[in-house]
Amino acid sequence: MIHILEKYSKAFGVSGHEEDIRRRIEESVRDHVDSLSTDFMGNLYAHKPCGRKNAPHLLLVAHMDEVGLLINGVESNGMLRFVLVGGVDPRLLVSKRVILGKERVPGVIGAKPIHLQSRDEWKSPIPLSGLYIDIGASDEKEAAAKVPPGTAGTFHTFFEAQEDVVFGKAFDDRAGCALITELLMTEEDESYPVDITAVFTVQEEVGLRGASLLAERVRPDFVIAFEGTTAGDVPRDDYASPSTEMRKGPAISFMDRTAIGSPRLIEHLKKTAEKNKIPFQMKKTVSGGTDIGVIHTKGGIPSVVVSVPVRYIHAPRGILAVEDYKNTIRLAKAALMNFKEVL
Amino acid sequence: MKALLKKVVETFGPSGREDAIRQLLLDEIKPYVDRTFIDNMGNLHAVKEGKGARVMVAAHMDEIGFVVTHIDEKGFLRISPVGGVAPVRCLYQRVLLENGARGVVGVESVKNPNDIDFSKLYVDIGARDEKEARKLAQEGLFGAFLNEMTEMNGLITAKSLDDRVGCVIAVEAARQLKKSPNEIHFVFTVQEEVGLRGAIAAAYNIEPDLGIALDVTGTGDTPDAPKMPMKLREGVAVKIKDNSLLVPRRVKDFFMRVAEKNKIIYQPEILTFGGTDAGAINLSRSGVLAGCLSIPTRYIHSVSETASLSDIEEAIKLLVKILESDVKKELED
Repeated sequence: MIHILEKYSKAFGVSGHEEDIRRRIEESVRDHVDSLSTDFMGNLYAHKPCGRKNAPHLLLVAHMDEVGLLINGVESNGMLRFVLVGGVDPRLLVSKRVILGKERVPGVIGAKPIHLQSRDEWKSPIPLSGLYIDIGASDEKEAAAKVPPGTAGTFHTFFEAQEDVVFGKAFDDRAGCALITELLMTEEDESYPVDITAVFTVQEEVGLRGASLLAERVRPDFVIAFEGTTAGDVPRDDYASPSTEMRKGPAISFMDRTAIGSPRLIEHLKKTAEKNKIPFQMKKTVSGGTDIGVIHTKGGIPSVVVSVPVRYIHAPRGILAVEDYKNTIRLAKAALMNFKEVL
Repeated sequence: MKALLKKVVETFGPSGREDAIRQLLLDEIKPYVDRTFIDNMGNLHAVKEGKGARVMVAAHMDEIGFVVTHIDEKGFLRISPVGGVAPVRCLYQRVLLENGARGVVGVESVKNPNDIDFSKLYVDIGARDEKEARKLAQEGLFGAFLNEMTEMNGLITAKSLDDRVGCVIAVEAARQLKKSPNEIHFVFTVQEEVGLRGAIAAAYNIEPDLGIALDVTGTGDTPDAPKMPMKLREGVAVKIKDNSLLVPRRVKDFFMRVAEKNKIIYQPEILTFGGTDAGAINLSRSGVLAGCLSIPTRYIHSVSETASLSDIEEAIKLLVKILESDVKKELED
């Protein structure tokens, strides 16, 4: 089951450069849907109608882009300058491995070493302006030939499974993409009582841009977004209310910065979880935003977000509990199967 | 009008949980319009049919509030704001949760009042411990503040004049409206306080020729207030700009012309912050003419928002006269 997540997590797909991840998703879902299409932004649509008349039309959405970086200059000594794409904390970048462009050129994020830093510089984290990417090039010409400005890069992170958790990059939102893929892989004898359009969006991390045109293209009756969301169950000194916690099941959002979850859909998810004895939690913070923010206001479409808790999102390596992933699939599947209770 | 205003401001309805206030407004406006409906977003539409211009009159029925994010081991609730809620303005206020539970906002001990933020605030619902608290409330419940409306020397003080005063102006205008050539959509919008979301959805569906928002605006008439011209008791404010909208000159001139002709007391509104549903309507589809009639209000987003009854009366008069005009002709270039 986890191999789809592995495949997606390893894929390259910084916002605006989603070709590789899109190709891998196409590969995985092709045999399980009626048709696949893309739009001019690069969003991938998978259609799975149920064949029943007047069935409600559900949009399942996850974004396939990941945070990363973009090369914007080459120094005369062959070091690459870069800017961040999406919300990355610059303090965690130093010494991380990256891969760049279609050729997957390996590099490392470098900075002035400690023995050359002044005492004052010791006191604060190295700012973005003090960081560069070193690909081992000997000069500007060699570097620019391998990695011209405009090349996108992402963290070079392995996917590993250990005990009941997996480590990897981009679980925000490859976990969501993998969940939807698993939902589309129905058995011969099972079928949802709803028409499904699954959309894997581009450019979510830079401002929900891919999703902004979905409402009008898809015209869904309901929307469920799947996310890998922040787990806050890490050591903290002060009073801490963890956003979500690992191993406590799928997290349902009642509100974030971009949308208030539909009470009807939230109620349906809660009831489905209780009936099927699936653990779940409410996401306890209201920061951040998701694709439903720009979808639900187009005429008013009931929408909700379900997430798998992930520690260290937007960082080189995240951790996700396999049981949370499986329970999210169970919950979503059951919620789709008995969707008539929402109507 | 005063009795209706009291009922409307004291009704529960934070963004996303507008059910009770929607029902109340539906009952109030129904006798004066041709049809009503509730859209998917939760906006309440009340339509007066007509063959002329399609005019959307928007007043938001949601109010600022909070959402329960955590219940601690002692049985206190932790909250996050819904809309623009200043932490210090929450102190020791009484609150109501959507399930009927009541509470009061307390604060952890802080050395400096400037340190107060939402992580230091909690809601005391009188629970003995976490177990009892979980019976009374759950994470994800929405809440709002409580306060009674009072009157002082021609001014009224209440919670949620923002924007229940707009809702009352809309109901009153619908009631007083005699003959209008226009197709008028009174829309009581949801989720304005979290980003004009209801109005975005409603304007998309209605495709109006003109949008008119009814809302409150800040004033420059209190000690050390921001330098703005708006004052209480100086009439309805006709918006010229805020951070969401530069009112098209045609619209502003039209409103002011109607006011002059009917001897309605008005003042220009130049707001240096904030936005209203008119901003969302303005950016709908390929662009919609939009303006706003505002009620100058002191202490906005506190439980004691204060405005003048006379300004509200002028606003009702002006809205009625605007809606009775041939809007299509008035807005010609």
